[in-house]
Amino acid sequence: MLTTENTVQWLTKFGEIISMNKAYLNELDSRIGDGDHGSNMVRGVEAMLAQFEAMEFNHAKDVFKVTAMALLSKIGGASGPLYGSAFMEMAKVAETNDLVTILTAGLNGIKKRGKAEVNEKTMIDVWEPVCQALAENNLTKSIIDQAVQATKPLKATKGRASYLGERSIGEIDPGAMSSAYLFEALLAGELIDG
Amino acid sequence: MADQRSIGIVIASHVEELAKGTYLLLQESAPDVSITYVGGTDDGEIGSSFEKILTAVEANDADELFAFYDLGSAKMTLEIVQETSDKTIHLMDTALIEGAFAAAALLQGNYSLTEIKKQLVPLTIK
Ligand SMILES: Nc1ncnc2c1ncn2[C@@H]1O[C@H](COP(=O)(O)OP(=O)(O)O)[C@@H](O)[C@H]1O
Ligand SMILES: [Mg+2]
Repeated sequence: MLTTENTVQWLTKFGEIISMNKAYLNELDSRIGDGDHGSNMVRGVEAMLAQFEAMEFNHAKDVFKVTAMALLSKIGGASGPLYGSAFMEMAKVAETNDLVTILTAGLNGIKKRGKAEVNEKTMIDVWEPVCQALAENNLTKSIIDQAVQATKPLKATKGRASYLGERSIGEIDPGAMSSAYLFEALLAGELIDG
Repeated sequence: MADQRSIGIVIASHVEELAKGTYLLLQESAPDVSITYVGGTDDGEIGSSFEKILTAVEANDADELFAFYDLGSAKMTLEIVQETSDKTIHLMDTALIEGAFAAAALLQGNYSLTEIKKQLVPLTIK
């Protein structure tokens, strides 16, 4: 069950994992992008965490809204409007308290904003299998890891990496990795029933 | 007939200097068109900023705008600004400099919105 408290805990944990892996995310992005995904994400999650410190929340919806604005405003790269749109859409259905509904809304927000689908070597390649596994009630760490690894053989057809064409093959997509941290943090919390 | 110069232009780039350079180029040929520009993140680094793009849109004298951008993240941020602002924004997928330059010159020449959009079609690259 999603509650206000465990939503804040989940996203706080996400922020911590991102900060710990800043250098790794930058390194992944330097291989097929401009090397800033870690720094971008850290700017975003630090703004988010500062808001969490400063505010009291009455509903998960507000937590998602604040997260959306922090990530949209502070990331500065393509992942800003994408994560921003995801959390904005999640806020709209947060009142269902249903994780599958909420994350699927987030996934659709990313697809709409990025005009992308699965297999384009983006964060969608993690969000989609995670939503599917959650719906089947069997999300595990290994499903998340597999989804990240599965971005390696793909050729990027969206985002900055798409300008590399064939040269994008063989590397992990940085946005897929940062999204994996979001879902690892989710597993670490008590949000998933059953 | 409505004065087309009531339509403005906003330029959003990843780099402040690129946005400014594009503005300088356009402004020379379209002195009567309201053109605002924005580039880089809040910290002045390479990237895009939601607040700065929103400010450039709001600061434009016109309530209806053509918007031009360089790369994908500026486009996606512009789309969110488009959904947030009360202004009417025509987001153009043309080559940044050629598209913006053509729009500026045509607005200065008082061409209609429909005519300008038609003329920009061949410059669409994204
Ligand atoms: N159109 C898109 N649709 C979905 N995800 C995208 C798209 N464009 C980029 N991404 C994601 O964003 C990540 C890059 O983020 P980041 O490095 O912060 O932005 P930038 O590419 O502007 O430097 C990519 O690894 C990819 O997962
Ligand atoms: Mg990058």
